[in-house]
Amino acid sequence: MPGDFATEILGQSATKSSVEALRSELGLDKHPIPRYFEWLSNVFQGDFGSSFSGRSKVQGDQGDRSRLVVELIIPRLKNTLFLTGVSALVAIPLALLLGISAALYRNSVYDRSATGFSLITVSSPEFFTGYIFILLLATLFPVFPTIANVNEDTSLIDRFYLTALPVFTLTLVTMGHMMRMTRSAIINILSSEYIEMAKLSGATRYEVIVKHALPNAWAPIAQVITINLAYMLIGSVVVEFVFNYQGIGRLMVGSVYNRDIPVVQACALIFASTYVILNLLADLIGIISNPRLLYPK
Amino acid sequence: MTSNNKKELLLEMKNIHIDGFSDERWHKILKGVDLNLYRGEILGLIGESGAGKSTMGKAAMGYTQPGCKIIKGEILFNGTDLAKLTEFEKRKIWGTKISYVAQSAAASFNPAHRLMDQTISAANRAKINPTEVLRKDAVQLYESLQLPDAENIGERYPHQVSGGQLQRIMTAMAMSPRPELIIFDEPTTALDVTTQVEVLSAMRSIVDKFNTAAIYITHDLAVVAQMADRIKVLRYGEEVEESETREMLSNPKEEYTKSLWSVRSLIKPEETNEDYMLSIKNIDAAYGSSKVLHNVSVNIPRGKTVAIVGESGSGKSTTARVITGLLPQTKGEIIFDGKKLSPKLEQRSKEELRRIQIIFQMPDTAMNPKQTVDEIIGRPIEFYHGVKGKEREAKVIELLKMIELDESFLDRLPSELSGGQKQRICIARALAANPDLIICDEVTSALDQIVQEGILKLLQKLQKDLGVTYIFITHDIATVKAISDEIVVMYQGEVVEQGLKSKILNPPYPDYTELLLSSVPEMDPDWLTNLLNKRSD
Repeated sequence: MPGDFATEILGQSATKSSVEALRSELGLDKHPIPRYFEWLSNVFQGDFGSSFSGRSKVQGDQGDRSRLVVELIIPRLKNTLFLTGVSALVAIPLALLLGISAALYRNSVYDRSATGFSLITVSSPEFFTGYIFILLLATLFPVFPTIANVNEDTSLIDRFYLTALPVFTLTLVTMGHMMRMTRSAIINILSSEYIEMAKLSGATRYEVIVKHALPNAWAPIAQVITINLAYMLIGSVVVEFVFNYQGIGRLMVGSVYNRDIPVVQACALIFASTYVILNLLADLIGIISNPRLLYPK
Repeated sequence: MTSNNKKELLLEMKNIHIDGFSDERWHKILKGVDLNLYRGEILGLIGESGAGKSTMGKAAMGYTQPGCKIIKGEILFNGTDLAKLTEFEKRKIWGTKISYVAQSAAASFNPAHRLMDQTISAANRAKINPTEVLRKDAVQLYESLQLPDAENIGERYPHQVSGGQLQRIMTAMAMSPRPELIIFDEPTTALDVTTQVEVLSAMRSIVDKFNTAAIYITHDLAVVAQMADRIKVLRYGEEVEESETREMLSNPKEEYTKSLWSVRSLIKPEETNEDYMLSIKNIDAAYGSSKVLHNVSVNIPRGKTVAIVGESGSGKSTTARVITGLLPQTKGEIIFDGKKLSPKLEQRSKEELRRIQIIFQMPDTAMNPKQTVDEIIGRPIEFYHGVKGKEREAKVIELLKMIELDESFLDRLPSELSGGQKQRICIARALAANPDLIICDEVTSALDQIVQEGILKLLQKLQKDLGVTYIFITHDIATVKAISDEIVVMYQGEVVEQGLKSKILNPPYPDYTELLLSSVPEMDPDWLTNLLNKRSD
């Protein structure tokens, strides 16, 4: 990123000495390597430092009003988790249901239209889907608000109502991928010999899919679900921006704009660890659902 | 097995026509086959691959594989025409009145469920008995199938038991709802001879015990002779002949039926000499940390055929890998034509590589599917002899003639060849190097009886004309009898014995050789019974 907080906040007309002064106050003039280790050791102690912005802008004003990064992030993180959580609760069961039923009625009109539609939704970017929803459900037929403006006092019911459009958007964007993967994982297994065996022992179509194919498909399905969960969390950057939702994504975009590095770092760390943890979870599900790995010979 | 039951017809299949869709068109798989089966009777259905025997077996349940359809015919089971029933109605019969035992038990069990749950699933679905009763019954079935730890084996997952055990558990699964008919579809083909005996005897006694009717599908006449009351021979989707087992064995009417066991009639006079083409001395070899060969020493006389026999896991193929240099030995040495061979492939000279060639079990996977016959055979000619252009082509055609094919094959791809033709091309590729020693690793085991005979005859003829030495790796004793001069018996990575064919195949035997030889099914319907009596003494 070109520039730092000092040049950004003081503007183009700032004198060199005032920039230098602010830099040394923030510790930006120190060597990057010791700064990195200092930051790292603080992070391990749960201290993400203080935000650069919100400091007293005028020298001599009633002291420091800057906020701790943790204080800044936690309410935003809660909002984001609420949004992605609700989206996941809608998208995952729906994707599984659609995927399984598409596998069950393979090559039917239903299957073709479901897979075709999902391809369209997967291919559309979030901001496009988001604006389509705004156009349809907020402007033409004003059912939901265009802006998902929540704060700490908003009641749960209101939250559901306000976040409806962002939830729809995230659901639509991720569901297609999960649905297609579920369908193809199951269909892949349907050509196994044990599936023919199950049919020949009188298993119904439903039983074949749910009891015989699905348990062997969990590993790939879990993989795609967790990738999409991570995608939802991170993809919320765009969605939050479109719907002006006070989540961590908006916070990060704003902080990047201000070169508020401590906040950006903390957000990036959260996003990165989300990926790692969710992938780990997918691997664990893969192991638990596979007796070959769970019970060695 | 009892004749007084025979009056009651259980299954009557009339004029069955089935078509299958492949290569973008419909082919006839079955062309009007009839089949009658009486209660408590076992019918053997035999033929080579592509004869339609599996399709017939599945059709007996009213089932066809995806891509196949019943065109014509009636399948009367207890008087109901299965061909006319809906899926829903057929499901009530499948698994409860008729059950199915598949060829590959390892692939036919669902890896995600415990064996017990799978064993009782059909009976459970039909609510034949409460789950607890079914479980107890399954344990009893396991016991009568002589499974180890019958009480607890059901709690394991499929990957935790051996192939032979899985095959018996599948028999228990088929028997659990006490069906009136069981279809056995090549249930022992994937097993070693020694395991096959155990599985066959277990299946036969349990079918006898409950007086269940069965259709037993196989390509091995000797196996079917042990199981069936009657045998029906199929070829190209049509019936060749059908008669009582004893009658069929002693007096087959059709030429085709006679040819089915012709391999067993190939005989080669044994010869040997002290001039060794190859000697391996005190070889140890390991895959990673697991040691698979222990102090193996074998001598291969020049211009002769040595067969290495043993069940899977005995180290036969590993020995071949060590000789070719694919797996360097950890101890011992290989002497080839008087000179020591380097253990590592990379350190052997081109000339040494040329003189030892190998032919693999699966011709399908041993050839590049994108190369033509010309390229496949031409490449070693170019590589080893540096011959190009017209001369090269002449050489390829000469080799094709040697393997009894002609120049019309030059431009064909492996996918345009039959199984036997593919294996011939692989032989030609080995010959193209003009080798002194050819290692044949189970070269006939993926082929039908008649094709096997052709390949074995070809190999014998080539040895006579060219004087090549063969190492013949196989688990099939009939092939060994047909082709070898000397035999090496291997067991668990060690050589049990080596000697002339006549010495190895005649008593006195070491214990393992005895077990191996006595497990090879013979064309005698009483063979299994006699063997089991003898073993229990």
